[in-house]
Amino acid sequence: MIEVVNLHKSFGDLKVLKGVNTKIEKQEVVCVIGASGSGKSTFLRCLNLLEEPDSGEIYIDGVPLMEHKKDINRLRQKVGMVFQQFNLFPHMTVMENITLGPVKLKGMTKSQAEEKAIELLRKVGLPDKDDVYPNHLSGGQKQRVAIARALAMDPEIMLFDEPTSALDPEMVGEVLNVMKQLANEGMTMVVVTHEMGFAREVGDRIMFMDEGIIFEEGPPEQIFTNPRKERTREFLGKVL
Amino acid sequence: MNSIYKVLSDAIYYNLIREQRYLQFVQGLGISLQLTFYSAILGTIIGLVLALAKLGRIKFLEKFATLYVDVIRGTPVVVQLVLIYYAILGSSSLPKIVVASIAFGLNSGAYVCELIRAGIMAVDKGQMEAARSLGFSYSQSMAYIIIPQAVKNILPALVNEFIVLLKETAIAGYIALDDLTRAGNIVRGRTFDAYTPFILVAAIYLYITTILSWMLGKLERRLRESD
Ligand SMILES: Nc1ncnc2c1ncn2[C@@H]1O[C@H](COP(=O)(O)OP(=O)(O)O)[C@@H](O)[C@H]1O
Ligand SMILES: [Mg+2]
Repeated sequence: MIEVVNLHKSFGDLKVLKGVNTKIEKQEVVCVIGASGSGKSTFLRCLNLLEEPDSGEIYIDGVPLMEHKKDINRLRQKVGMVFQQFNLFPHMTVMENITLGPVKLKGMTKSQAEEKAIELLRKVGLPDKDDVYPNHLSGGQKQRVAIARALAMDPEIMLFDEPTSALDPEMVGEVLNVMKQLANEGMTMVVVTHEMGFAREVGDRIMFMDEGIIFEEGPPEQIFTNPRKERTREFLGKVL
Repeated sequence: MNSIYKVLSDAIYYNLIREQRYLQFVQGLGISLQLTFYSAILGTIIGLVLALAKLGRIKFLEKFATLYVDVIRGTPVVVQLVLIYYAILGSSSLPKIVVASIAFGLNSGAYVCELIRAGIMAVDKGQMEAARSLGFSYSQSMAYIIIPQAVKNILPALVNEFIVLLKETAIAGYIALDDLTRAGNIVRGRTFDAYTPFILVAAIYLYITTILSWMLGKLERRLRESD
């Protein structure tokens, strides 16, 4: 579904990604962990070209992204993204946030899009918030709307960049539950997270990033109980 | 008491009533307001075009806009006014108010450009990223997401620019346009009263700018409420 080959990315002199290689299968849930500044966000943002890689290639359903930059707007519709800071559109209601993409980009009629939005809002547990502006929502509610907004485009894969890091602790659970449900429904997901419990329970594979590469990866059981590399052990020792 | 009364009534009589001098002020104010109005419209259009040029990705347009803004902001508006007056007057017989509107509009455009740019850049970076990640193109993201939010930043700054502009047009007398300030000058030339005409002029400017500031305050409150 996604294949990443020898991905490199620098910011000025700072080499952030130094040859990332991986494959993500359909319906797989990959959790990316690692210290702050290790390039997790950069990696995730390369997957929909919010950051442009310096070299390497990313295949989505076999289509090489770097060779199809002209089609990037269409390709991005297949890749939903959820941000740490939610990034809801503050000048639009929840309903407008969710329906803007489907109406303007997928040619849905307003009523089709609204019907779908209601369904998605029900799914994320916010059925009666459609005519509210984002500023009137709590952090957890905002993030669930952001997930609904991304889902409205019918993506084939969802990218999450620390979706619960900006939340008060009591709101983390409601967002993780929505994500868990999504994973159970078979959504392909790449989740950058510090929620080790979630990674362990929901992840099919854990990716530990360090030194600009995928330092170690494997099934949660193996990574969390028996990491092969000292660096992985050190990191987990700090966060667990 | 009597003498103060006499001084005041004389001042009013000589500066306003005799030879219907109040008409000078009324007409001057009319000219100043018209000049501000036309310059504001022209300045807004020029500012928008320059801001688009600066934000766009066509290198030479961007360079031109940057140069334009630097030159305008780096030179006195009086000098610009006089230069444009002679440059245009040399080749046409446009009314002075048109020439002055062009000069002030060209000048204001540079400032409007910068405040539009600032208003757009003040919109959180995550907004563009969220829009792009949904699949919107750069221009769609601007149109649906960024500009509507930027307008809230820009509108108050724009009204403020118009207040500044009204006061700046006070130099229109340099090209012998009979604006409000020049009206004061003309009356002073007749009455040899150095104070009264300009105190009147100042009071009129203050009155207008106070109204505009009050409207600005209302606008800002309205915009804040809609958040
Ligand atoms: N746009 C950028 N410009 C310059 N440096 C950046 C930029 N984005 C990230 N970085 C730097 O790249 C490194 C990796 O960042 P990031 O991918 O955000 O790490 P993580 O998400 O793992 O914390 C950090 O040192 C960060 O400061
Ligand atoms: Mg990060």
